[in-house]
Amino acid sequence: MEKRYLLGNVAIAHACREAGVDFISGYPGTPSSEVIDTLRTVPEPGCHLEWSVNEKVAYENALAAAWCGCRALVTMKHVGVNVAADPLMTSSYTGVTGGMVLLAADDPFAHSSQNEQDSRMYAAFAKIPCIDPASIQDAHDGIIRAFDLSEEFGLPVMIRPTTRICHSKGDIELGERATGHRKGTFQRNPKQYVVIPAHTRILHKELNQKQPGIRKRLIEYGFNTAVVRGEKAVIAGGISAEYIREILPDDISIATIGAYPIDEEWLAAFVSRHTEILVIEEMMPIIEGAVREVACGQVIYGKKNGYLPHEGEFSPSIIADALLAAGYITAHPFPTVSPAGNLPVRPPILCAGCMHRSTFYSMKKVFKDGIFPSDIGCYTLGLQLGAVDTTICMGASITVASGINRSGEERDVVCTIGDSTFLHTGINGLINAVYNGADIVVVILDNRITAMTGHQPNPNTCLTASGTESPAVSLEALCRSCGVTFVETVDPYDLSLLLDTMKRAKEEKGVRVIIARQPCVIVARRAGWKRHKYMVEADTCTGCRLCIKYGCPAIEFHDEVARINDLCTGCAVCADICPAGAIRREVKR
Amino acid sequence: MKKSFDVMIVGIGGQGTILASNVLGEACLIEGRSVKGAETHGMAQRGGSVESQIRIDGEFGPLIIPGTADLLIAFDLLEAVRYRHYLKEGGMMIVNNQLVLPTSAFSSGQPVPTIDDISTMLDGEHTAIVDATAIATAAGSPLAANIALLGAASHTIPLRVESLIEGVRRCVPQKTIPINEHAFLEGREAVKSI
Repeated sequence: MEKRYLLGNVAIAHACREAGVDFISGYPGTPSSEVIDTLRTVPEPGCHLEWSVNEKVAYENALAAAWCGCRALVTMKHVGVNVAADPLMTSSYTGVTGGMVLLAADDPFAHSSQNEQDSRMYAAFAKIPCIDPASIQDAHDGIIRAFDLSEEFGLPVMIRPTTRICHSKGDIELGERATGHRKGTFQRNPKQYVVIPAHTRILHKELNQKQPGIRKRLIEYGFNTAVVRGEKAVIAGGISAEYIREILPDDISIATIGAYPIDEEWLAAFVSRHTEILVIEEMMPIIEGAVREVACGQVIYGKKNGYLPHEGEFSPSIIADALLAAGYITAHPFPTVSPAGNLPVRPPILCAGCMHRSTFYSMKKVFKDGIFPSDIGCYTLGLQLGAVDTTICMGASITVASGINRSGEERDVVCTIGDSTFLHTGINGLINAVYNGADIVVVILDNRITAMTGHQPNPNTCLTASGTESPAVSLEALCRSCGVTFVETVDPYDLSLLLDTMKRAKEEKGVRVIIARQPCVIVARRAGWKRHKYMVEADTCTGCRLCIKYGCPAIEFHDEVARINDLCTGCAVCADICPAGAIRREVKR
Repeated sequence: MKKSFDVMIVGIGGQGTILASNVLGEACLIEGRSVKGAETHGMAQRGGSVESQIRIDGEFGPLIIPGTADLLIAFDLLEAVRYRHYLKEGGMMIVNNQLVLPTSAFSSGQPVPTIDDISTMLDGEHTAIVDATAIATAAGSPLAANIALLGAASHTIPLRVESLIEGVRRCVPQKTIPINEHAFLEGREAVKSI
């Protein structure tokens, strides 16, 4: 045993090695990405590890490995579970032989997500156990238990750490790494693995029969615990259990829920010993629902009667508000303060020299009246440049574009999608758009990497997760094979060619694809690429602010003239934009 | 009353706030003390405003409640203003004398604040404004500004100087250890002389 100061996801990755995981797959998504990013830096012989092209693909690969007797881990963010939901819902029927753990990282407050869905609901929906850690140590220990549970009950097990577990740090006790790996062997068994109606009806019954045993085992393992200290009680789940421990008065009972399904008898026994119960959990009122079901006359405080919010993330302060409102404490333990007003905001922004900026600029210039559906990635930040009109989920740029176009809308529809997102769920939409006669322009923003989540490789990078070379994917050939005839590839730093290609696309009909290709500027810098920086000749600058409107963080404006700061990466696009010709390459004297 | 010593480290994505917080975490391990922290990853890192929260002797959740932090270390003047409400009354603030203006400052049409404007706003008996970039550059690399700031803050942090320096050694790239040690010590000197 050793103690280390680790990021939650790094501790989780270590726990996977302690559990002797043999097969690892996933798709990057904040806040889950660092688990595989940690594991892939130290590849282990005998353990297969991959970034898959999407979550459904990742889930099915892991499921198959678990069918072959391997211990399999599959990771994704909460919304990734939507993509993987199809195999998930039936994998509980087929069950598994080797342990299978689904890490679904939830994001209350949507720090880096499109919604605040609660993966505990998915676990209940699929009838699989769900471990809901309150701390990094819980998450670490929970991974090891999850594999044991999975093998004991022959079911995939979900673990759902939230952002404040994945991306928090702490002093963590680690165990010994396991040695050696299982080699998969498939045992033919159609009654389990071929879910025709005759088989699946029986499998469903078996799944239901497993449930009471799971509930009891979760109590025995100590996931759900209770301490009776008074007439009033708090029941808390997930990280809220840590927050409440910091501020809870000594005479109030506490039960913590660290795993689902909750055993009703156990819960009823705790509830019946109290007169008032405050239930604290982020997002869906799942524990609260269970408590209300077993309560007989107790006063219940929770989300359903307005004591706590249904959305956002909690903090000790929000929980103190609820304690105060429910009369558990008489004074708020924290001061009331307010942030300074009227400050220039500093939202995340496309990097200086990012290839997406010139692409958005050109789209807006050529398609002045255009509608711009977009997708999930760094380029969603094109919102600030007025070049993103819709974003809903992975792969929904091309489909939304064709839907808008086929709805009868007459303006040009120009959508943007990154290379990784295109390979994730974009291709189907492209085939559909061509097949059903859409009239749209699809701009593939090809920076050859999955950038936003931390630069994970994808098939377009020509490298696997563990760094071995992989065959090249041709986006051009892929698009042509979907039936697109207008497929043009441009360097987005070549502004005149980019504008010209956009203009040509505007003249055509049908589905037109423009591939804007240039490596992610962060990756290029790390790889040692260097371009000359640019500068503004103050005497020539007319102060027209066109370069400021371009929105590059390397361009500032002081004393009525533009100035280029140290962030400049030398993409030179601003030099092409400047009507006065005031921006030129810096010459070292 | 809380038992932990709570530190907010704030700045702009890419400035090294996470590395600075790791130094504190390692120093806690060295002294056998519990520690919790929370930080910004993902989308917000792209040049956005970022925060790392570290609770020395922290036993519970990682989040620091506004109005209760014991120390604020800011890598940028504007970010110091943005997060100063996290400090408790009398809490100490160590600020890098650097102002990176967000693009929004130029495009919004609002008056653009200057270093002097913000320094005046922040001035007070519990504030030390340090030219950490200059200290780090003199020590061998401007990239060590985060460590120079930690050095400047080290008088206030309830961890031994030796533990902090060992923390620095564990966290920075091997070949930059001498530069960072130097930056830490010079940063520590700089605040004494204010």
